[in-house]
This record gives sequence, structure tokens and C-alpha cells, in this order.
Amino acid sequence: MLDSDVVRQDFPILHQSINGKPLVYLDSAASSQKPLVVIQAMDEYYRAYHANVHRGIYQLSEKATEAYEAARRKVARFINARSWREIIFTRNATEAINLVAYAWGRHNITARDKILVTEMEHHANLVPWQQLAAETGAQLAYIPLDENFCCDMAAYEAMLDAHVKLVAITQMSNVLGTIVPVREFVARAHAVGALVLLDGAQGVPHLPTDVQSLDVDFLAASGHKMLGPTGSGFLYGKRHLLEEMPPFLTGGEMIRRVTWTGAEWNDLPHKFEAGTPAIAEAIGLGVAVDYLSRLGMENVRQHEVNLTRYALEQLSQVEGIRIYGPQQVERRGGAIAFNLDGLHAHDVAAILDREGIAIRAGHHCAMPLHQKLGVVATARASFYVYNEPAEIDRLVEALDMVRRLFER
Amino acid sequence: MDDLYREIILDHYRNPRNKGTLEDATHTFQDDNPLCGDRIRMDLKVNGTGVIEQVRFDGEGCAISQASASMLTEMVLGKSLEEAKAISKQDILDALGIQLGPVRIKCALLSLKVLKGALYGLSGAIDEEE
Ligand SMILES: Cc1ncc(COP(=O)(O)O)c(C=O)c1O
Repeated sequence: MLDSDVVRQDFPILHQSINGKPLVYLDSAASSQKPLVVIQAMDEYYRAYHANVHRGIYQLSEKATEAYEAARRKVARFINARSWREIIFTRNATEAINLVAYAWGRHNITARDKILVTEMEHHANLVPWQQLAAETGAQLAYIPLDENFCCDMAAYEAMLDAHVKLVAITQMSNVLGTIVPVREFVARAHAVGALVLLDGAQGVPHLPTDVQSLDVDFLAASGHKMLGPTGSGFLYGKRHLLEEMPPFLTGGEMIRRVTWTGAEWNDLPHKFEAGTPAIAEAIGLGVAVDYLSRLGMENVRQHEVNLTRYALEQLSQVEGIRIYGPQQVERRGGAIAFNLDGLHAHDVAAILDREGIAIRAGHHCAMPLHQKLGVVATARASFYVYNEPAEIDRLVEALDMVRRLFER
Repeated sequence: MDDLYREIILDHYRNPRNKGTLEDATHTFQDDNPLCGDRIRMDLKVNGTGVIEQVRFDGEGCAISQASASMLTEMVLGKSLEEAKAISKQDILDALGIQLGPVRIKCALLSLKVLKGALYGLSGAIDEEE
């Protein structure tokens, strides 16, 4: 079991007041807070052993290289990759997805091909495929949601044929909280010869994720949503796919040899890491991954199931609330989108802010999904390891207050 | 409860003034703020002497955007075109009487943008900074 009282002690930012009220941070789906150990590890790197990595013939550089590469191995273990060579550090999930869209997509997708995404994708896992389709003439098709806000698997099955080359799906919706049955998706995609890219920006921080058992071909994730720093993220790709792909960005670090007339690419993963990487950020991400592993991802998940169950129960009692997302906690994570009858989500969020409660309001980078929901914006509360039931009580009280304020 | 939702703002939001559209408008403009989902349309009827004799707004969005549109209709009614064109961002913010961050200020100023669009007879969206 995860004891959020103890966990909270590790997060300095949580111990402050906003407008005289203790901060209630319910926006981890946008970006999580950082434990002290992560902040300290980055500080320590800059104070004690900052140097550029990889080619330095002196101790600081060797130490920095070791720490940077150790972080890669930690990430590889965290998602159970076969090899550290399958982990490419990126700035965030968006960059990881773009890497695949350019380096794989531009060389493998043609006008005859189809790309499938779900209706609940974040723009990060939608716009790169729209662009790829526009450039290549390929078709982009949307796997629909059913009335329970889950993927309609029969419809998915019917969309699959030999022309489908890629299925790009989120592991967990950042709006609805919906958890996607990844293994089923993958088995069916592979049966028609399509690859699967999993957008793990929400899934990896909150669910135990094993790329070998899921058998996904690519996985993208953002460090800043999993207790790590901004500017850290990664792409996992099956080694044979990464080996075949040309580089995305070119320049220093990613070459083995350069002559007047050309260049040879470096080995994986360096082939895809052009230029000086975000060293401190990678080190911070490594420590974040250690922290999550110590808590245990099964415990993280269980903690969030408990919080989400409680939140759904409590929130459903708020008058005039509409919650968007599956009701069963087994099928969803702790991101809960809602609206109060007749009120704009921005007004709700602004008033909660006065109460020290941080939630997000808007389209959460999923405009087509909101169009489907028939609303311009939703308010979203999201949970992580440091949240506790008492914070949900404060949320519910504040929502009642919002209602009263606008009703008079 | 707090400044952001002062009674005057809530009052304009709950009971918007001059809400609706005009059949015989001489000037019409509409714009939205896709990030927030705020949308405002403004219809003006300007008479032969260049005075705004009727005004209506229509739209949806947050309380700040809708209240500011409602207040703006009160400000322009009976004004000449020239006087209405002189209404500034600061005039709107003064009328609202609140401090706004960079996101919400767009909500507050959407109605002014729409009014200017109508006054200058524009079609299509105009630049943020007028
Ligand atoms: C499901 C999902 N995919 C992708 C992203 C993009 O993450 P980043 O902005 O860190 O690249 C997000 C972030 O909100 C997300 O929730």
C-alpha cells in the first residue's frame, strides 16, 4: 500500500498555501510535481559533475556520461525493454511521436496506406499523423468510442485490413481517463501486419507498463508527467525497427564518421540523439523512475483506483455535474473531466483557484474529442501518488460553492 | 466572495443586457477564442447621423467574456461611431474592475475585438492587438 501522507513529505511544493488555503494540486495529468530527490539529483549534477557527455576524456565528463547512460538503463528496466539501446531520450512524448512520424512514417507510409487513431487522442498523437497523411496521401481513420467512453473494439476490428500500416493509440485518455486494452489492440493490429505506437504520456506514469508483454512497437512518454523534470521524455522502439529507420535530426553525437561527402550513423540509441542532450533532465528522470519503482507501480495504480472510486462517488453528488468518462474504476485512471450545468469550465477553475485548488479547464489538447462530447471545454481534476481523499472533499466543497455563487 | 467574480460581473452574466441579434443591423461581426470556446457576435444599428441607436450581443462562454460583452453594449449605446471606436482595452478592464492574468484577459477583451470588427466593417478575424 502507498501511504500518501508519507509520500507528500517528499514533495516540497505541496507544502504551501494559495490565497491562504493549503494547496490542493489536482493537475498531475498536465504535469506532475517532483520529489526532492529528483530536484537534488539535478542540482548535484550541476554543482558537482556537469560536463558534456560521451567524448570527454576527463573525469567530469566520464561521470556525467555514466549518469546519463545509467538513467537510460533505469528507464529501459522500468518499462521492461529488452535493451537500453531501445530507449531514445527526447524532450517529451510529443517529440517522441514526431520522431516516429518523420523517421518511420515518411519512409513507410504511402498513398495506399491507412493509419488508425482513436477519437480520444491528445493532439500530440493526432496532428503528426494528420500531417503524415496529408503529405503522403494516406488515409487517417478514427476508431470510435462507445457510449461508455471506451473504444468500440468491434468497430476497430472492422476497420483493420491489409492497408492499415499503423495503429497509434493512447494508453490512457488524458480527458476521459479511459484505459485502452492495449494487448487486444496490438494482437489485432499485428494480425494484419500493422505496427502499434502507444502514446504512454498518461499510461506510463500511472500504470505498470511492460513493453514486452504489451508487444507494442513504439512507446512514447513524457518525464514531467511521471515525477521527472520538464524537457525529459523518451521513445521506446523495437530494436529492428529503430535499426532500419533513418535518423530524425542530424548533426553531432548521432554520427560515427563524417567525411567531405557524407556521414555514417552512430549505433542505437545515439543515432536518434543529435546534439547535446538534456543531461540533467535525463538524470532527473532516472531518479524519478527509481522513486516510482520504490513505491511500486502496482501500488501507484491501486492508490489511484481508490482515489478515483472515492472521487467518482463524491463528485456524482454535486448538483448539476456531468462527468465524462467510464464509471468503472477498472477501466479508467484518475483523470476526471466534468462540467457543471450551465457554467464554463474556466469559471469553475478560476473560482477553485481562489480556494487553493489547482485543476485544469479547457480542451486539454483534445479538441476533436470535445467536439464529439458536444462541449467547448471541460474541467479536469487528476490525481497522483501524493493526493489524498481529503483533497477530494475540498474539491467537492468548492464545487458546491461555485454552484451557489452562480445560482443566486 | 472575491474580486474576480464581483457582484457586477455576476449580475451581467446572469442577466445579460442587450442580448440577442438585430434583424436590421448595419454593422455585424463575430469572432471566437477557440482556446477557451468563447464566442461573441455583435450587431449594431447606426442611424443617419452616425449614432449607435441599437446594439445586441449574442454568444457563449465564460462569465468574464459574457459579462464584458454585456457591459460593452451599455457603453456603446447612444454613442457616435467615433466615440465607440475610441473605447480602449483599459476602459473594459476598468468597467470589469478586476485584475486578470494573461489567459483570462483574452476572455475579457473578446467583446471589444468583436465591436471593433463591426465598427470598422471588417469581415473575418482581426489581429489581437488591433
Ligand atoms: C495522452 C497524452 N499524450 C501526449 C501528451 C503530450 O505530452 P508532452 O506535452 O509532454 O509532449 C500529453 C500531455 O498532456 C497527453 O496527455
